[in-house]
Amino acid sequence: MQPQLLEMRKITKVYPNGVAANRNVDFALQEGEIHAVAGENGAGKSTLMKILFGMEEPSEGEILLRGERVRFQTPQDAIGKGIGMVHQHFMLVPSFTVAENMVLGMEPKKGLGIHVEEAVRMTQELSDKYQLAVDPTAKVESLSVGMKQKVEILKALIRGAKILILDEPTAVLTPQETEELFKQLLTLKREGHTIVFISHKLKEVKAICDRITIMRSGTTAGVFDMADITEQEISRLMVGRDVVLKYNKEEIFYGPPVLRVSGLTYVNALGKKALNDISLTVRAGEIVGIAGVEGNGQAELVKALTGGLEGKRQGSAAVNGSEIGNADMRAIRELGVSYVPEDRMSQGAAKEESISDNIISTRYRNGEWNRGLFLRGKKIVKLAEKLIEDFKVRCSGPAQPIGMLSGGNMQKVIVARECSTDPILLIAEQPTRGVDVGAAQLVHQKLLEMRSRNCAILLISADLNEIMELSDTLHVMYGGELVAKFDKPSKVTEEELGLYMLGLKNQHSTEERGGATDAEIL
Amino acid sequence: MLKYFDAIRTLLSVAIALVIAFIIIAFISDDPIGTIGIFITGPLASSAQIGNVVEIAIPLMFTGLSVVLLFRAGLFNLGAEGLFYISGLVAAVIAIYWSMNAMIHPAVAILAGSAVGALLSAIPGIMKAKWNADVLVTSLMFNSILAGIGLYFLNYHLRDAAAFANVSYKFQETARLETIIPGTRIHTGLILVLLCILATHYFMYHTRWGYELRMTGSNRSFAEFSGIKTGRVIVTVHLIAGFLAGMGGSVEMLGMYARFQWTDLPGYGLDGALIALLAKNNPLSVIGAALFLAYIRVGADQMAILSDVPAELISIIQAIIILLISAEQFLKMWKNRQLLKEAEKLG
Repeated sequence: MQPQLLEMRKITKVYPNGVAANRNVDFALQEGEIHAVAGENGAGKSTLMKILFGMEEPSEGEILLRGERVRFQTPQDAIGKGIGMVHQHFMLVPSFTVAENMVLGMEPKKGLGIHVEEAVRMTQELSDKYQLAVDPTAKVESLSVGMKQKVEILKALIRGAKILILDEPTAVLTPQETEELFKQLLTLKREGHTIVFISHKLKEVKAICDRITIMRSGTTAGVFDMADITEQEISRLMVGRDVVLKYNKEEIFYGPPVLRVSGLTYVNALGKKALNDISLTVRAGEIVGIAGVEGNGQAELVKALTGGLEGKRQGSAAVNGSEIGNADMRAIRELGVSYVPEDRMSQGAAKEESISDNIISTRYRNGEWNRGLFLRGKKIVKLAEKLIEDFKVRCSGPAQPIGMLSGGNMQKVIVARECSTDPILLIAEQPTRGVDVGAAQLVHQKLLEMRSRNCAILLISADLNEIMELSDTLHVMYGGELVAKFDKPSKVTEEELGLYMLGLKNQHSTEERGGATDAEIL
Repeated sequence: MLKYFDAIRTLLSVAIALVIAFIIIAFISDDPIGTIGIFITGPLASSAQIGNVVEIAIPLMFTGLSVVLLFRAGLFNLGAEGLFYISGLVAAVIAIYWSMNAMIHPAVAILAGSAVGALLSAIPGIMKAKWNADVLVTSLMFNSILAGIGLYFLNYHLRDAAAFANVSYKFQETARLETIIPGTRIHTGLILVLLCILATHYFMYHTRWGYELRMTGSNRSFAEFSGIKTGRVIVTVHLIAGFLAGMGGSVEMLGMYARFQWTDLPGYGLDGALIALLAKNNPLSVIGAALFLAYIRVGADQMAILSDVPAELISIIQAIIILLISAEQFLKMWKNRQLLKEAEKLG
């Protein structure tokens, strides 16, 4: 047995909202390994790593580095001990160049100013050493996601990181970019670095990791050598059952079009065409999916349909023939539209208020739920109780503040609210992001139930598995355009979708844009 | 346990503040035990003293209730101060110049004061709803403006030249609020404020508007997303809160004074913020919070009269309470441990 490089003992972390993200977690790293931390969304992986990186202090437990007890109160403490982290959401200054980002906080000085040439040289040197090709003088905002990630990795290395934590590094990457990342990680390993690879994608974990720590609902479900365990076993340990993300979809004859978008074009405040000539139709009983790397216009499209878009737009978007235009959310809801927002904390729920208060927010105006100015309290509680049961929300009752629930249960409440008002169109934006598999499956089933009840559903998701499995028709969005449309989404391979999502292929232009470099694409 | 966390924290804050006050008394008083005794039992010493506590609590309840509504809607508005003042003036004008029978004279004066309070309060409300102007800033500015306007009217229009102080003409007897408990000065305003508190409680938890208010206060973008017109909610809340603050000023003026004699803002509006803090933005708790504040004030006054410790000690107690209640980290460790237990129970 090799000596442990790093050990985390009996780590417990409880957040102020009552979520126990880690309970008595043990975690250990050996020098020079690639160690996977796998678990469902919400299993506590990110929290554990935030503790290791000094972003959160554990409620209980201790950390040992080379046998010595350490205490990280800020990320600076962790960086000082040679730990680096690449976050899911990049921490870069978009308007700075790569080199400037690299030396931020440790700038080489020339007189009173920054020694720019030296920064560029340092970046280049490191980039060559680890074969992480970046252009030191490029502005970060002009880089692709994959390139930004490389900059993040280099940023950790230049600060002397020997242990590198990668938080779901492949979540934002296309399959092609993922492969490149893996090569780089193996190079780093050869150079003697230790890598923590957080992921819930088993294929990836299996492909490059030496050992794996499996987490399940805040605890450790086991530590294994990768050679001793199969993907199926990992999956079983992660969720406690075999996950089958396969659904039996009933054959449905679609009804008339409910949502009709034609020629929708929107130029954002930066003068960029965020939406470019978008046309799509969602029929009653149909799930239309929109796949794409984030930031390619999906958010603007949803905003255009939910009253959140400021400024002028061309083209039209109509629900059952009524033009949406600049209508506000209330008017749009009155057309029969429901909306599961991407950000459940800021838009989907009022944290301090009760579950029943959160459930009636979109319907309390309706005569069924009030007598004039007064709300029908008992009836509202009954509705809340019924939805809690239908959606298997784990809580102490309708009066519990929704903020006390776990992410998955909170999401169930939100989906319950949006599904239970008999909408004719449901817009679901990342409906299962950051929730556990159990909650995700329930949400998926409810979406399919809505489909059977002839609701038109527009599903926007970055989760390829989800969107390919659920959609009846699938569009791919890239650079503000719909670049591809598939009538049988489950027959498409992820690799092919990746090509469209990256903009390497476009169904509408006959000529493929081969040979473009990363920087030009995004 | 967790359910009562806020209540426990509030009580503990109060207790700590009192203990610190006692320690200070022990240092500066020649007879600490006697002084603390006066502070604690003084307000209960006679029916006049008990009456004093309730009299002081009445305006505090009005402004506290007004601020509770605003805070609950997420609006950090401290304008109750100026509204209380100017509405007292409006009620005074009607009490001086209009003649009516004793049944409707106070009612008209109070309604006029309340209406003026509501209308003036709507101005920062509209500015917030339309242009997102910070209500903390606008409401404080309004306090200064209203104080200036009030003083102008007192000095140039209402001032009784025959009186020796800067006070208005005498109110007509028909306008004064009746005393309801003999031996004290407790007036019909007490009944009115209790009714207002009950109505506000019902409004907040059982009506559509109250619901909209709570959702807007808890998370404005969620309220918008749900289809609530939050701009309208903000203006409505300001109207109601201004009405209550105005009613408080009018009631106080007609219940406790024979002439308008405020030459400066009386301070009840800011006390209202302290009460809202103590009451955790809950209308019913306003009663207890206001009585508590009134109690320690009367106690401090008694102490100042009968012992060698000045009444200003009360400011220290208030400051400590505010500090502890608004310090989120206070008792957080304990809360987290409770949360841990709860989480384990739920699995």
